[in-house]
Amino acid sequence: MIVVEHLSGGYEDVPIVRDISFTVEKGKILGILGPNGSGKSTLLKVMSGILPATAGTVSIDGQNILSYNARALAKKMAVLPQLHANAFSNSVREAVSLGRYPHQTGFFSSWSAQDEKAVQHAMLQTGVKRYEHTPMEFLSGGEQQRAFVAQALAQTAEILLLDEPTNHLDIAHQRQILDMVRKEAMECGLTVVMVLHDMNLASLYCDELLLMESGQMRALGAPHEVLIASQIEEVYQARVTTYAHPEIPKPQITIMPAATDYQQRAVIKKEHFTITEQYIQLQSELPLKTVSSAVHNPGIGWHNCLLNRSVPGDYVISDVKREVKEFLKRENFSSTNTVVMLTAVPTALVAINEFSAPFGSIIVAVTAGVGNAVDVSRVHERQDDPYIGTINTWVIVNGCLSEEAFFQALMTATEAKTKALQSENIRDERSGTIATGTATDSLLIAATQKGEEMLYGGPITEVGKMIAKGVYETTVQAIRNYKNQF
Amino acid sequence: MKKIALAYTLTCTLLLISIWCGVAIGSVHIPLEVLWNKAVDETAANIFWKIRLPRVLLAGLVGASLAIAGAAFQGLLKNPLADPYTLGVSSGASVGAVLTIFFSISIPVVGLYALPIFSMIGAIITMVVVMSFARLVDRSLKMETLILTGVIFSSFLGSLISLMIALSGEELRQVIGWLLGSVSMRGWPYVQMIIPFVIVGSIMLWTQRRELNVLLYGEERAKHLGVNVKRSKYLILAGGSMLTGAAVAVSGTIGFVGLVVPHMTRMIWGSDHRHLLPLSFFNGATLLIICDLVARTIIVPRELPIGVITAFIGAPVFSYIFYKQRRSKGVRA
Repeated sequence: MIVVEHLSGGYEDVPIVRDISFTVEKGKILGILGPNGSGKSTLLKVMSGILPATAGTVSIDGQNILSYNARALAKKMAVLPQLHANAFSNSVREAVSLGRYPHQTGFFSSWSAQDEKAVQHAMLQTGVKRYEHTPMEFLSGGEQQRAFVAQALAQTAEILLLDEPTNHLDIAHQRQILDMVRKEAMECGLTVVMVLHDMNLASLYCDELLLMESGQMRALGAPHEVLIASQIEEVYQARVTTYAHPEIPKPQITIMPAATDYQQRAVIKKEHFTITEQYIQLQSELPLKTVSSAVHNPGIGWHNCLLNRSVPGDYVISDVKREVKEFLKRENFSSTNTVVMLTAVPTALVAINEFSAPFGSIIVAVTAGVGNAVDVSRVHERQDDPYIGTINTWVIVNGCLSEEAFFQALMTATEAKTKALQSENIRDERSGTIATGTATDSLLIAATQKGEEMLYGGPITEVGKMIAKGVYETTVQAIRNYKNQF
Repeated sequence: MKKIALAYTLTCTLLLISIWCGVAIGSVHIPLEVLWNKAVDETAANIFWKIRLPRVLLAGLVGASLAIAGAAFQGLLKNPLADPYTLGVSSGASVGAVLTIFFSISIPVVGLYALPIFSMIGAIITMVVVMSFARLVDRSLKMETLILTGVIFSSFLGSLISLMIALSGEELRQVIGWLLGSVSMRGWPYVQMIIPFVIVGSIMLWTQRRELNVLLYGEERAKHLGVNVKRSKYLILAGGSMLTGAAVAVSGTIGFVGLVVPHMTRMIWGSDHRHLLPLSFFNGATLLIICDLVARTIIVPRELPIGVITAFIGAPVFSYIFYKQRRSKGVRA
């Protein structure tokens, strides 16, 4: 455990870091973030006693670090600054072995089995074992960096201070080093304080984050308490946004480039739709932000091509993912840039309408296969095999939607669809009640994301009203097309 | 480990060969027999015991001192171009010695030891002044500051010596001869004079062998790894000054041994100071014994100052190292 209390210090008499306080419990990892020149590295130097503290204390296990001599402190705390190779040649093994210096005492002290074990462990953990006999200067920057991490690990100290350990490393090695640090922390109770430039890595690997701004603490806490878009924007003077990591319950952050080449005005029109026997296609020049429950590329993403593909009624649904990929390849569509929905309805029965609105316009495209319509309040009584028989709805908005607006648009569109089924008197054959949809309906909201951002998409807003009207009318039309055919 | 054993075997063999050559070769050939049979040839035995052997030993001790001091300074300063000269230590020692000769100082009790003692005092005073000045410039006593200060003082003291030479009349020749460096006609007293300092100085450096390894990664890193950097630095500088002072006192200024030997040793056997220090010690001895042999046999019957030979070999090697170092840095950047 390391406790820092009201620590100030730096070069000469003017303290660069001022009044820093935090505690890192045994086995925990603290990440220090901050813009260039905010005093991150200086803080580590003051903590490790390289630079003098003008006020405050650093204690390890309740004992002030000033009371340790150099060797005793090195046994307690290992430090890895940003390093550069030196003028003389050392093999990797020799370099890593220097980490054992504090453990070797006496005039003729020899290399013990424990020393050997620590060095071997450190080399294996960092993956430099295979360069063991290579001179340091023959290694790449990343390999050298890992050798230095191994040197610090070989010290077998309880506390590890790292200054940008992922410098010069590719993502595989960043992950390797940080996974290893995390593992040492969890399994061996290593306490870690590390300076990181990458806020996303910091969020993923640290238990707590300290955000520095001009030498002072700006924020301290769990990653979600520190990585707040508005706070990061203020400290870094850069536009950012946060989002959730897909697997780990930690926030991620991304910058918003001031990109000029994406500012063209893009308008999607009805004419951009192509209808063939196999599919209904919308090809957009600029990528559209899409939120959908499609078969291929569902979820949130950016895509240039939307497909609603008509398949026979006896289509084998169990192998759908692979089949769709093969289809895209066969037809020369980009697998990563295309959203695909499936329908059993012939493509000719699609209803496509354009609606103009004060903010721009929306286009709604619906294929409505209502042969197997269900009443959602009664579906628990049924037991069906999966089938194709769906209402596929696309809503293309020529405008900019916020995340909230996207999800409200999904709700609005769903409600409008349900209302259309009701007014067309589509019934659940089993229960005889009014149907609310089919059991496999799919919905897509796409927006060009140009123009002023629309914060909300519910029926109270301009865009919500237009979506409600558009989806209702188009769905009614699509149902009638379907009824006329069958 | 095999490599290390080979290193010591080769180094010691070379040293023994050079010693044997040093004592055997010359205007009078000395057979090896004199070692156990004094009756063989009394003249030869006399030359062996009274002239050749002390001369060879002195050359060896001076070479060893300069080389181990150079190795330690280079490690400490992380600079392959550093040696006792760069830090101004040699110049300080020279000033001490020149003053002694110039004023014909003699102190009754120490007698013979006046020269090495003043020399060493000169070396240590220079070291202290260089260190204090460097500290004044930069409190953390950075290596760059230290080298720069050393160079400044070195040139200042050099001009001081030139001034004394210009002012002196009769003593002139003696001082110039001494400045060029020589181990001739010194005899056993000089060997006795240098031995205690060689032992103490070398042990001081030897205790810092592991610290030197860590110091290669910079003072900050050394501190992180638990080295008491200040104490180490003082021990290394003091040990090195002692060795340099003693060497300068007995033989004058012999350049380049402290630079070339550690560098060659490092290139061949690696830069682990646990072995670099002793290997440099032995190689320094070997080199200077051979240089002295060349100096006194190459244009018989005249004898060249040994400093001429070492500089003759040293300067090109120095240039090569410099060229190679710059080149490799340029390529890396």
